Amino acid sequence: MSKLKSEKEYEKTMAFRFFRWLSGSKDPYIGEVEMKPQKEYREEEATIQERMREQQMIRDKVYDTENNKWLLFFRRFYRFMAVIFCVILGAMLISTVSYLPPTGNAKNPDNNEVAKRYIESGMQETGAVNVVTGMILTYRAFDTFGETNVLFIATCCVMIMLMAEDEELKRRELLNDRRFEPKNDAILQGVATLLVPIIFIFGIYIILNGHLSPGGGFSGGATIGAGLILYVSAFGFKKTQRFFNEKIYKVAKVTALCMYGLIGIYYYVTGANGWENHIPLGTAGHIVSAGIIFPINICVGIEVACTMYAFYALFRRGGL
Amino acid sequence: MREQMEFVQNFPCFSIMLCMFAGIISSALKGKAAKMVNMAVLCINILMSAAVLLFAAYAGEFYVYVMGKFPAPWGNELRVGVLEAGMALFFCVIMLLSLMGGRHKLAQEVEAGKHGLYYILTDLMLSSLLALIYTNDLFTAYVFVEINTISACGLIMIRQNGRTIEAAVRYMIMSLLGSGLFLIGLCMLYDMTGHLLMSNIRQEVADIYAASSAGGSFHVPLLVTIALISVGLAIKSALFPFHAWLPDAYGYSTVSSAAILSSLVSKGYIFLLFKIIYRVIGFDAFRSSKIIDVLFVFGLMGMVFGSLSAIKENDVRRMIAFSSIAQIGYIYMGIGLGTQVGMVASVFHVLSHAATKSLLFIAAIGLTDVSGGSRKLIELTGSGYRNKIAGATFLVGALSMVGVPMFSGFISKLLFAQAAVQNDVKMLPTLIVLGISTVLNAIYFMKTAIRIYTPVEDTGYPTVTWRQNKTYAAALVCFMALNVVLGVFSQPIVDLIGLGLDMFA
Repeated sequence: MSKLKSEKEYEKTMAFRFFRWLSGSKDPYIGEVEMKPQKEYREEEATIQERMREQQMIRDKVYDTENNKWLLFFRRFYRFMAVIFCVILGAMLISTVSYLPPTGNAKNPDNNEVAKRYIESGMQETGAVNVVTGMILTYRAFDTFGETNVLFIATCCVMIMLMAEDEELKRRELLNDRRFEPKNDAILQGVATLLVPIIFIFGIYIILNGHLSPGGGFSGGATIGAGLILYVSAFGFKKTQRFFNEKIYKVAKVTALCMYGLIGIYYYVTGANGWENHIPLGTAGHIVSAGIIFPINICVGIEVACTMYAFYALFRRGGL
Repeated sequence: MREQMEFVQNFPCFSIMLCMFAGIISSALKGKAAKMVNMAVLCINILMSAAVLLFAAYAGEFYVYVMGKFPAPWGNELRVGVLEAGMALFFCVIMLLSLMGGRHKLAQEVEAGKHGLYYILTDLMLSSLLALIYTNDLFTAYVFVEINTISACGLIMIRQNGRTIEAAVRYMIMSLLGSGLFLIGLCMLYDMTGHLLMSNIRQEVADIYAASSAGGSFHVPLLVTIALISVGLAIKSALFPFHAWLPDAYGYSTVSSAAILSSLVSKGYIFLLFKIIYRVIGFDAFRSSKIIDVLFVFGLMGMVFGSLSAIKENDVRRMIAFSSIAQIGYIYMGIGLGTQVGMVASVFHVLSHAATKSLLFIAAIGLTDVSGGSRKLIELTGSGYRNKIAGATFLVGALSMVGVPMFSGFISKLLFAQAAVQNDVKMLPTLIVLGISTVLNAIYFMKTAIRIYTPVEDTGYPTVTWRQNKTYAAALVCFMALNVVLGVFSQPIVDLIGLGLDMFA
């Protein structure tokens, strides 16, 4: 049997590495990946004692449980009453539900003209094949604008809690990018390289097809946000900031919300005053159709993706 | 094609959207620019609400504003009458004055990088309040209740110390419980009626109510729904047994937040309750349910126990906060009377308490500032001489709370007493508790007023004149004027409220 390749060339091939891995003679990750063995969590004797002391102090000094029999009685009474109250409330609510009409009955009050029009003429009036999207983004566009603002205000509140304003703290957090995970985990990076583009494309598909199939801005945005989070976990903030930093985050978020607001106010005002609405509905079933739904879905998608990523980044290191 | 609308009729929609835009744009601005945007938006909103109020009062009837192409049971709609426009105008004015009065404390107590966020929160808070006032759709109301809850949490915890974070967590838990109960009630209503639009629900509920006396099947769920919605909103507006979140939230947050929370946020929920009583459940169905008596009793208890807690309190901010519980009790007592006159009194007390409580918070901060930042009553001795304008304003607020003629509190107490006389069964308890509560109010407010005007030897604390902080002084003067206007020219306002409530139903 003649050797086609020399020993040296053979060592470079996939087959060699595969058989080497199979026989277990060399672990491909040793020397390639930073490996941190997980330390067993062990509390030091001093901290345990300190904790015990503090608990004892709260018991003695703050509540004075030795002498304050009234408080002890109240605590027991409170617990007892809380359980009883919850049981009574639960029983009351369950028994109330038994009076309500059964689910799926054709004669139920909620099968009325409202649902009828949504289902029967939703497609002609909104241009959306997906009636649910048509309902939330055209018929009840105002509610959904409020709902998007709930996400916006939630990010603001998380920023108040977690945004590091102190310069010193900011610098320390920047260095401590990955405190608990090993840097450059090859498995995670490999999987992320493979998955992140697919996740992004899938998210964009869900957003753009929101008016045609199940999906829309909220679910698609969440998918893209998940992709961003996976990318950050695998490659770190430094690489992510090349394409998604605080400035881009702000621009994207403000543009998306303002666009949504402008489309919304145009739609409300023309509708209320009986003016002509110049946004065409298009042909139902086409990708660019359904009037205001298509651009609004994109705006909502951007806002949701930004929110998801911002939550993760803020919780992880107090900045974007 | 529906009939052509006047341009003014677009203003409610514009004012809600304008606040939202302001909030969104402020997130890209620095603190100072965000402040300017906030001020501008508030001023524009005041003008627009005043125009809408004039329009509605002149037209003499409400109008419906369709949000979009599709009319109401399918789309969203706003419904605008005199009461809504008046409330919107009043809320904008109070918010502007509260922010002006608390600005210097905001600069001290909140990290510089987070001032922008504060104005985002207030912008969105205002938009949610306006939407709660104008909307005619229960689910839209729920969405904006969410915005309101989250931004209120932010307003509490933006001054970051242990007490405010504890207060914010407590507020969040209680408030979300309230939202949850409200949502369950809303779902049950939808299940029974198949509508989310207030006017349509009301027709259906009227049928259910008529059938229930003849043994209809929805009698029990309707009662439970009324209970869930009332209790949910009562938790969020701190009615007596559900008030545990209130003292810390008002006592430790930065002063503008305390003023906004006490005078606007809780009042927004109470206004929503008014709306639900008139437009969703119907006044007759609500009156014949037992829930109204429960609210009445809770209100009476709140009037007494809130004042008792305030008397025991040694911290001036917390004392004012506890006084809120008593005043919220007055409002629910007025609802509990179950008459049109009682409702008018309640609405007037919403205005009166909102104007007075924010005034007290803002004035108290001026007094504590000249007492070395201490909030203990003993340290405040003689502080009325060290900061004359804050002292005078505090006195006005205290007199108004106690119910001295010429000030707004007197008129609301008078209206409550008049309303009580018209109700045979509830007259005696109402009048007795009103008397007790007035005496208790007088004890702690007069105690504080006497203390701040007790002359002392030199304490080493600085003396402040109005020139040193002109915005603050201007806010205080406006507050005093507002209080006196509500107290002296009350008759046209009461007439307007009566007109508004007639349009409401």
